[in-house]
Amino acid sequence: MEKFEAVVVGAGIAGLAAAYELARNGVQVLVLERGKSPGQKNVTGGILYGQSDSPYNLDYLFPDFAKTAPVERRITKSFMHNIAGDQVKTVDTTPLHEYKTKWAYSLLRGAFDRWFGDQVHKAAEKNGGGVLCNVRVKGPLMENGRIVGVLCEELDEIRADLIIAADGATSDLTRAAGLRGWGRPDTWFQGVKVVVKMPTADIEKQFGVKGDEGTAHLFAGDVFGGTRGGGFLYTNKDTLSIGTVFHLDSVAAKKTEPHRHLDRLIKHPIVANMLGGKYEELEYSAKLIPDGKKMALRSPYRDNLLAIGDAAGQMKAAGPIIKGMNLGVTSGILAAQAYLKAKKDNRLNEAGSNYASALQASYVGRELFNSGGGFMKGIFSFGPTKAIAEWGAVNTGMGMNRAIAGMNDYALASIAPDDDFTYLTLPVRIAQKMGQKVSAQAATPKTRTTDERIAALTYDTDIGREHIQLTDSSVNASGRAVMTCPVSASDSSRGCYRIETVVDPSGKEVTKVVLDTQPCVECGTCALMAATTWHTPRGGKGVGYQYG
Amino acid sequence: MVDCIVTVKGVPDFREGKVHFKEDNTLNRGETPTVLNPSDRIALMAALEIKVKHGGKVTVVSMGPLGYKTVLQEALEVYGDDAYLFSDRQMGGADTLATAYTLGMGMKKIGLPDIVISGFKTADGETGQTGPQTAWLLDYPIITHVISIEVDTGNRKVLARRLAGEDIEEIESPLPCYIITDPNFEASYRSATHRLRFLKLQEETRARAATIDSVFKAWNATELGLDPKKIGLKGSPTIVNKVEAIPTAPRERTAKVISGKDDQALAEVAKQIAQAIRG
Ligand SMILES: Cc1cc2nc3c(=O)[nH]c(=O)nc-3n(C[C@@H](O)[C@H](O)[C@H](O)COP(=O)(O)OP(=O)(O)OC[C@H]3O[C@@H](n4cnc5c(N)ncnc54)[C@H](O)[C@@H]3O)c2cc1C
Ligand SMILES: Cc1cc2nc3c(=O)[nH]c(=O)nc-3n(C[C@H](O)[C@H](O)[C@H](O)COP(=O)(O)OP(=O)(O)OC[C@H]3O[C@@H](n4cnc5c(N)ncnc54)[C@H](O)[C@@H]3O)c2cc1C
Ligand code: SF4
Repeated sequence: MEKFEAVVVGAGIAGLAAAYELARNGVQVLVLERGKSPGQKNVTGGILYGQSDSPYNLDYLFPDFAKTAPVERRITKSFMHNIAGDQVKTVDTTPLHEYKTKWAYSLLRGAFDRWFGDQVHKAAEKNGGGVLCNVRVKGPLMENGRIVGVLCEELDEIRADLIIAADGATSDLTRAAGLRGWGRPDTWFQGVKVVVKMPTADIEKQFGVKGDEGTAHLFAGDVFGGTRGGGFLYTNKDTLSIGTVFHLDSVAAKKTEPHRHLDRLIKHPIVANMLGGKYEELEYSAKLIPDGKKMALRSPYRDNLLAIGDAAGQMKAAGPIIKGMNLGVTSGILAAQAYLKAKKDNRLNEAGSNYASALQASYVGRELFNSGGGFMKGIFSFGPTKAIAEWGAVNTGMGMNRAIAGMNDYALASIAPDDDFTYLTLPVRIAQKMGQKVSAQAATPKTRTTDERIAALTYDTDIGREHIQLTDSSVNASGRAVMTCPVSASDSSRGCYRIETVVDPSGKEVTKVVLDTQPCVECGTCALMAATTWHTPRGGKGVGYQYG
Repeated sequence: MVDCIVTVKGVPDFREGKVHFKEDNTLNRGETPTVLNPSDRIALMAALEIKVKHGGKVTVVSMGPLGYKTVLQEALEVYGDDAYLFSDRQMGGADTLATAYTLGMGMKKIGLPDIVISGFKTADGETGQTGPQTAWLLDYPIITHVISIEVDTGNRKVLARRLAGEDIEEIESPLPCYIITDPNFEASYRSATHRLRFLKLQEETRARAATIDSVFKAWNATELGLDPKKIGLKGSPTIVNKVEAIPTAPRERTAKVISGKDDQALAEVAKQIAQAIRG
């Protein structure tokens, strides 16, 4: 049987960070990635943060990454747009953006992960390892009840002293290893995004940026039909990333197709004016994002399998700021170092516990496990209850300035409850009371239909081998997938999920849910919204993003 | 270690947009680029699989005009440690027998390998005879229509699966032997070590292809020590009596071209279809 010292599953940002740290410390590391290339499957909004309260950022691995890596723009300004109809109150949230921020760059995962994968491959090759794409890991290889390696679809079993599960939100490995399940709809966010073409000169003009500078625009209020979540627009070199992120349970409850919120945001005068009458959509994408508050694994290991990044639920939403990539990078480095320490101590089986304690002691642990607890109280003068009460004052028309100031308060943003008040009442009130009417200065962007979006994506379909099987096609059990699947729509003729009424052989009419996995973007939503057996497609198969 | 020689040929690029025909429907060779014969790409992939799994050397050979160097370059992009071109005016007009003689003699001069691999057939000549005739000349046992290969280096044996119509046959042959790959040939890499080696070899061979000169040799008939009576037109017993163009079927209906991408054009198409259905 083949043996590598370390196997990292998933060439996302977290897995590549772990692999690079291992490889440069002499460990023979094999990275297994199911995509055709690193990044081909990955979607982010896009801001990668460097934390000033941690040494373990991307620059720990690549001190001059800003020059050598394909990052897009250095995000220097951030704005929050509170929307109530066409009334908008824009708040400069740069202080929130800068909170414990060493640096921040927008990026697109297609190019970024491919670059990162090349660096890892070069470093790993020196010790007889490397990055292998087109390989899907199915689960752990067990021996006498212990995890000793991985089982792959395309390769024979592989043993390893260290196994890192970095296979993202839909992680097959952590689920098969019993570290976590699918959770519930309220433990996830769903992100939907488009990449839009915009020449550099236009970006500079429309967003008032020069050189490598970039801006982040965040959106909240009633533009999303009451769904709990928000929108973002980040500037890249010559594209924009525009997207929405919603609590999945809210998407399901509101029964509005996720892409419709995104389209409404793009067509809202505040965004339409930024676009300046031009709109050329390059790519549509979607993905689940774990809500770290509920999903983060406190003990993210079993035997010598260590889970990092989205696979371990490590995602932090500090108000409108989404931090997932930086947490993945840091936990990747920590997991690698935990193994190196265990090896040095000659106590290989302590890698997992070393990692868990390092994680707890780092800002990742603080961000994920301590929000709202003693940590918060110690640093800020008021406890969460008081803070919410102050925010509540907005409802009575008082404390408006206090509320706006609160938008720049990272601690407040971190503990803001996931309710309608935070997502809707507050921004709408602010917009109504203090906002200004924004009228369209530019033509309304013509967004693509779901059919057009699917047609523009690249797929390598695994004909005859569906990666999702409906186990119950009744509307009751699986009907919610029709609305919540980001590539299904009532007006789409080629989406994944549909409800059909057919006449069965006995002449009876039956209404049932039907699934066509061909246009699937592998977001994971229907694993929670329908009765399915869900796993990722075989290596190299399925959707392939160019931008991500 | 298993050494392989792979035979490759240049053929007109028959893909749409690349191929050009003259007015009399014959191929316009001047306008049509010459590319690596698609079947030979598969032969090269088989050699690469053997190299990945057993080490050794892969030598690529071709007979043709000096311009075939680009074809060998294309071959090296798939895989090749070195490349030989047998090129001489006297070799022109060769049929499969004369081609086989030239290739076989060339291989003998290079040094006979454990396995020779040829493509199924060429995209232009399409006889599929060159491989078997070369095998006969070298007195190598031959396995054709091969879809997978395993080499048992200890026992110096090859176990190949061949596609015989609807059936798959398993054939064992001693080394050395001659293999003709089937278009359905597929390399199989179930080991991570093999896949990593594959990536490494691929990177190395692409670098060699880009600067082919250090691994490329061209030999003429004299250098190869060929019998002038056995090469080129003179050495070709085949007589091509006549080449006939395949007549195009007569048109039974008249087609109407509706051009344009807008809704109006589409509406016109829909109207025409509706009319056609109604009769
Ligand atoms: C218009 C026309 C006229 C022709 N006239 C004659 C003729 O008069 N007499 C005659 O016998 N043939 C004739 N041919 C065919 C002849 O020239 C062949 O192209 C040549 O001998 C190789 O045979 P093939 O193309 O059928 O290759 P195949 O036998 O189909 O090729 C099988 C494999 O053999 C190897 N191979 C073939 N040729 C070479 C090569 N030159 N160098 C290295 N490897 C090679 C490759 O691996 C290839 O995949 C003619 C072809 C055409 C198109
Ligand atoms: C719309 C949206 C906006 C976001 N905005 C931000 C933001 O602005 N800033 C931020 O920091 N974070 C943001 N996030 C979150 C961030 O993208 C994730 O937290 C981050 O990508 C997680 O990285 P990862 O390496 O853990 O997982 P991923 O990037 O998902 O990588 C997982 C890898 O594993 C591979 N894989 C999966 N299964 C298998 C298998 N079975 N076998 C082999 N390989 C497998 C995948 O192909 C993939 O390459 C956003 C997310 C979304 C969806
Ligand atoms: S079918 Fe399921 S996994 Fe695929 S895109 Fe739709 S919701 Fe996501």
